[in-house]
Amino acid sequence: MRKDPEGGKFLRRRAVGAASLAITAILAFASVAILFVIVGHVVVNGIGSLNADFFTQIPKPYGESGGGIAQAIMGTVMMLLLAALIAIPFGVGTAIYIVEFGRGRFAELVRFAVELLAELPSIVVGVFVWALVVRNLTGYSGIAGSLALAIIMIPIIARGVEEILKLVPDSLREAALALGTPKWKVVVFIVIPTVLPGILTGIMLSVARAAGETAPLLLTALGNSFFNFDLRKPMAAMPLQIYTYAVSPYDDWHAKAWASTLVLIGLVGILSGAVKFFTRRWKHESQ
Amino acid sequence: MSPNEGQATGAEASDGRMMRSLSDVIQDRGLEQRVEQDLGKGIQIRGLSAFYGTHQALEGIDFDINPGVVTAIIGPSGCGKSTMIRCLNRMHEVIRGASVTGSVLVDGQDIYAPDANPTRVRRNIGMVFQKPNPFPTRSIYENVITGLRLNMRRKAKHEYDEVVEKSLRAVALWDEVKDKLHDSGTALSGGQQQRLCIARAIAIEPEILLLDEPASALDPTATMKIEDLLFELKTRYTIVLVTHNMQQAARASDITAFFLADERHIGHLVESGPTRQIFMTPSDKRTEDYISGRLG
Repeated sequence: MRKDPEGGKFLRRRAVGAASLAITAILAFASVAILFVIVGHVVVNGIGSLNADFFTQIPKPYGESGGGIAQAIMGTVMMLLLAALIAIPFGVGTAIYIVEFGRGRFAELVRFAVELLAELPSIVVGVFVWALVVRNLTGYSGIAGSLALAIIMIPIIARGVEEILKLVPDSLREAALALGTPKWKVVVFIVIPTVLPGILTGIMLSVARAAGETAPLLLTALGNSFFNFDLRKPMAAMPLQIYTYAVSPYDDWHAKAWASTLVLIGLVGILSGAVKFFTRRWKHESQ
Repeated sequence: MSPNEGQATGAEASDGRMMRSLSDVIQDRGLEQRVEQDLGKGIQIRGLSAFYGTHQALEGIDFDINPGVVTAIIGPSGCGKSTMIRCLNRMHEVIRGASVTGSVLVDGQDIYAPDANPTRVRRNIGMVFQKPNPFPTRSIYENVITGLRLNMRRKAKHEYDEVVEKSLRAVALWDEVKDKLHDSGTALSGGQQQRLCIARAIAIEPEILLLDEPASALDPTATMKIEDLLFELKTRYTIVLVTHNMQQAARASDITAFFLADERHIGHLVESGPTRQIFMTPSDKRTEDYISGRLG
């Protein structure tokens, strides 16, 4: 039998390889497991309280059974819509400025500021809106809540869209410029249509992120146990409703907190699913 | 044969072969008479220097481009030939930090004059790039009329139809795509995409057509079609062709300009003249070295 001169090293390499694979696989499994434990726990605890009333009724006072979080779902949707309307032009505009028009130090400064804004703790945003808007202008209101959410969304949109715009090859911009197209038309008619699905993805990610924000709403929208379609008045939101139910001493409300959490996770899940759907279709189409 | 002997005699022999093969492809197309006629617009380049930030890429270029002929710009990589052609329609300055000094006269007007509008300049000068770059979100039809749609007065549908057919016929693409005009332009082959890009450039009816290594990303068959196209197009446009392929310059051009970077990596025009003269009897030693394959 021939002896492999490198036999010992070969075995050792294989052992190291197998160990690396095992360790990374266990870590990856643990990360995924955390998600499943959370979602599983929420489903087990929350599914029992879910029924049609939960989506159509407002909360009942403690002691009465039934009731729902319809006003919170509605408040969240209304405030998210208004926040998106505010944040989209600012976020997309900032990204277009940074990538397409910005030159030199000012553009660098804008990019740096956007990064800082993205890293700002959300409670700081809440305090800021409370101090400037709630105290001076509107009082606790849906508008103030929307503003706080918009401030959370702007840097997320700006950074997402910035990355997407950078994916557009310069050769496309040059092709359009060489036809005698002014720069703004190149951006509006060539660059943006090319990456529109990616831009929508960035916007939806920011909406999904804002949907779960609690801290900025505590100090701005305040919460409401009744239906309120008036954005000038305090407004309910799902994260606030979860908070209210969770800190209460009642078992029935705890169960409702779980159920509300389940609905919120469902909403964020639907948004993320839509994002995935858009990106996949986009990739498919661009091939 | 010792290696030293081989170098000397071998190089001469290969020179001879190269000269013969190039002389086969250079065609006499009655250049002298063509230059006299007024076909499209000429370009006069005067004291042109180009920069990328602080790095100078071209220095002191003085060069006339005659109307109605194909002018080839050749030279090794990094000699500034692409920079040169991008200076002719003010596309050089699109790159961040890039700048130009000197002047380029098109039809007697300096396109670098303070009141010259780069957007307007580019509408009279079409450009085709190294890599085919059709707009991916637009159909073949829409790609051709992008320039009209974005930058010209609105036209009726049948007028757009006419422009599309005329432009695609001019690049010999009409028969291949007439049944799928509304398919995406990116679904075409590389050579078809490049001809689509040429169609897009001539749809706005420029007077000058700039081609920056238009065939370098294409296979030999597609390359041949592009070169054939140049013969057709030069009756209507003043064409400037950048190429690193000397055979292509010899085959497709009437006038050749040879560019070379000096030891500071700054590009200069070494010499220019009728293609036959540049390839057969270059007056500069460096041109001869490059043509014969000893340089670059």
